[in-house]
Amino acid sequence: MRSLAARLKSVAKHVAPMLRGDKGSRYWLLWAAPLAFLGLFYFYPLLKITAVSFGRGQSGVVAPFVEFLATPSLWKILGFTIWQAALSTGLTLLFGLPGAYLLARYHLPGRNLILAMTGVSFVLPTLVVAAAFNALLGPRGWVNLLLMQLFSLNQPPLHFVNTFGAILVAHVFYNTTIILRVVGDFWAHLDPRLGQAARVLGANGWQTLRRVTLPLLAPAIVSAALLVFIFDFTSFGVALVLGGPRFATLEVEIYNQTVSLFNLPLAAVLSLIQLGCTLTLMVMYTRLNARLARPLSLRPRAYTQHRLIGWRRQLLAWSYLAALLGLLTLPLVGLATRSLARIELLPTGIAFHPTLEYYRELTVNRFNALFYVSPLTSVAISLGYALTTVALALVLGLPAAWALTNRRQAASSQVFEPLLMLPLGTSAVTLGLGFIVALDRPPLDLRASPLLIPLAHTLVAFPFVVRSLTPALSSIKPRLRQAAALLGANPAQVFRFIDLPLIGRALFVAAIFAFTISLGEFGATALVARPEYPTLPVMIYRFISQPGAMNYGKALALSVILSMITAAGMLAIERFRIADIGEF
Amino acid sequence: MNPKSIRFTKRNFGLRCVGAGIFLCLWLAACTSASPAPVTTQSAVTAKPRLLRVMTHDSFAISAEVLAAFEAENNAKVQFVKSGDLGSALNKAILSRDNPLADVFYGVDNTFLSRALNEGIFEAYPSLMLAGIPDEFKLDVEARVLPVDYGDVCLNYDKAYFAQKKLPPPATLEDLIKPEYKSLLVVENPATSSPGLAFLLATIGNYGEPGYLEYWKKLALNDVLVVDGWETAYNSEFSGSAGKGLRPIVVSYSSSPAFEVIYSQTPVDQPPTAAIVAPKTCFRQIEFVGILKGNQNRALAEKWVDFMLSITFQEDMPLQMFVFPVNPQAQLAEVFTKFLAQPTETAQVSSQDIAARRETWLKAWTEVVLR
Repeated sequence: MRSLAARLKSVAKHVAPMLRGDKGSRYWLLWAAPLAFLGLFYFYPLLKITAVSFGRGQSGVVAPFVEFLATPSLWKILGFTIWQAALSTGLTLLFGLPGAYLLARYHLPGRNLILAMTGVSFVLPTLVVAAAFNALLGPRGWVNLLLMQLFSLNQPPLHFVNTFGAILVAHVFYNTTIILRVVGDFWAHLDPRLGQAARVLGANGWQTLRRVTLPLLAPAIVSAALLVFIFDFTSFGVALVLGGPRFATLEVEIYNQTVSLFNLPLAAVLSLIQLGCTLTLMVMYTRLNARLARPLSLRPRAYTQHRLIGWRRQLLAWSYLAALLGLLTLPLVGLATRSLARIELLPTGIAFHPTLEYYRELTVNRFNALFYVSPLTSVAISLGYALTTVALALVLGLPAAWALTNRRQAASSQVFEPLLMLPLGTSAVTLGLGFIVALDRPPLDLRASPLLIPLAHTLVAFPFVVRSLTPALSSIKPRLRQAAALLGANPAQVFRFIDLPLIGRALFVAAIFAFTISLGEFGATALVARPEYPTLPVMIYRFISQPGAMNYGKALALSVILSMITAAGMLAIERFRIADIGEF
Repeated sequence: MNPKSIRFTKRNFGLRCVGAGIFLCLWLAACTSASPAPVTTQSAVTAKPRLLRVMTHDSFAISAEVLAAFEAENNAKVQFVKSGDLGSALNKAILSRDNPLADVFYGVDNTFLSRALNEGIFEAYPSLMLAGIPDEFKLDVEARVLPVDYGDVCLNYDKAYFAQKKLPPPATLEDLIKPEYKSLLVVENPATSSPGLAFLLATIGNYGEPGYLEYWKKLALNDVLVVDGWETAYNSEFSGSAGKGLRPIVVSYSSSPAFEVIYSQTPVDQPPTAAIVAPKTCFRQIEFVGILKGNQNRALAEKWVDFMLSITFQEDMPLQMFVFPVNPQAQLAEVFTKFLAQPTETAQVSSQDIAARRETWLKAWTEVVLR
């Protein structure tokens, strides 16, 4: 113990001057933890699996690239992947930006509740979303039933699954909340006086928006659009389940080549192409953002928000919000109603019998199965992983974001910033195998460890944390920090009393993303899951993949529970205030 | 803000941090303490339990008391490592063969068998238990893998639909391309779904190598619906399940009707669905267990393999995993003897052919059916 204490002291002796000392060493110290984490749990597994995959090819490293170039169907898949992602991102922006404006600029009753409700869609596993859309738009969904009743049709008029439209709708459904949160939070603190000044100088509303507001918002909009694009670009479940077999994305093809055909060299090439696209996009973004970002005076929400006045505006705002909530929550309502009723097909039509049986059955282990856990335990396991992810992602993301914004022009920042986003653009199948081949020796034999789950979740959450924090951090005027330093504050105090209060809201946004990402994540969890600790999505999957009405009902019931836990968690984080942070 | 409220919130800050910290610590402690086998005072008298690691796929399940009996009998602690679907789990076993994650791998089936054997990840174990198992299940003469169970992928139909329409359910694959069965069938994509692949193999077993494409062309003209996987096909599109879709015929398992009875929402005396088990309409998936090379406890691994072939495990399996015992001495539960129809003759495709031709078949199928 004593030697440990002594050693810690000597480390502290070296580190303390770095903290106090010149800017350069402090800058590198900030990078230490995030880079070590990414290096160990991302780049190392990725490099190793790529090497192993190419090593399995019989005809060298070049051959799989040639195979890719010589296969037109793979080109088509790449083209389709980019096209659907661009279209989905455009639609999501179109749909989300008015909402971001309304939630940012107006004092709306139930604002937090609206945000929480729109966020639930973000966490649901694809199979559940498919079930939810099926309950709403499927052959026996509410919409089709209503249309059949209204127009006395024999066949349901709408067909949703296996259409391109289904992919687009599902992507908007999943990702609108990113726009609402990232853009909305930045907008809420934008100084309204700039726009007011433009109006006084004679600009009309449209000109103000185009020349003043949008340029100021640009960093947040680009940041959010980038996240949405990467999510759509690497879409797996949505394309697979809702798009059906005709619409394969690159990620689906990687899975196909890896699992179904075991063509690892070609899978590695596709993985690299997907990564290359993400990286190109990130480099472009970094360049663009260096031009877009500017220091601003952020204002508290109470200062920027006002009430909706005039019935016309009220009508417009609430009808838009109704549409927003409609798309984002009606499938969930459909899901909830189906979890509470049994459907019976009668010769004369359809009968619904209300029941709580599915919820009751969740607590029953009929055949004393070993891996059964009660829903309560599963909730606790999920929450445990989610809170660990939040803690890890914030601890790693905050220093990285801070280092990035403090020295945006440094060559190292220009290199690191695009790299930080790469985990989002990485194929889950590839990285899952990477863990297996890389983290296989003690002390890091994590292949069968439950710890691997929060680590994998943190990899996905980390870019979100950085992206949520950088717009807020880079908008802080350097003069504020300089003034504080001049008045005798040390760097830690400057951070505590200047930066932290100003980025408080963004910190909560980051925490909410990390929390929800972890709660809903299924792919990585299923790959590394120890069956004793199933998360809610894993349990849902277990039920939904078995025949029998009760199993399907249980999957729906558990999905409703997952949705409620998510909404409750988001509301709790919104309300959770540390001192004055987040009041802003 | 007045000074009092600052102090108040600051104290709250501390308290909340401490609270969150305690929660995290407790949770981590719960996780770590649950994973290794704690040596209790009772077992401290005897030797420390030996660890056996069993790698398997998502669908593996076992009764708690059946496993406990094995652990007690062999003074063992069994740790299960699940790694996604079968394809993913097998890839992991192959890529980790220099430093295996487990001692035993369970769940490789005849569609993936050749990949596993070609990679040489298994050690031969000619268990004495094999003597009691019919030859049709023993696909590896060297006994590197041993059969444990089988499941038949068969067409299922919605009984109410056919009764109401006064239409006989299809009896052969040939019936499915007739006009009276137009727009009635939903199948899974063979590239992404294991029952989907099995059904494609059933058509190949029936019609041979260019013939199956002709058949699928006709099936496509007869408006077959292809979806990504079993969940969508069965729960959303099939009319006989809880989801009440529109299509009364689906590719599922011969066991599915029995599970519609077991997991019915209200007690029923007849399943709402039935499996078509006419000759050569089903494809049989046989699952195997094998001892991984580089295992850390060969003797215990052998015990586990024998245990999986024993009557105790074989009789536990059907209700847990929806598959059937290869050991003819194992008795089936009453629900199966009542509601299970089993095919007498299934469509045949060898696992060597599957390994060699899988990619070609899938590509050709995609061209014909999806484009």
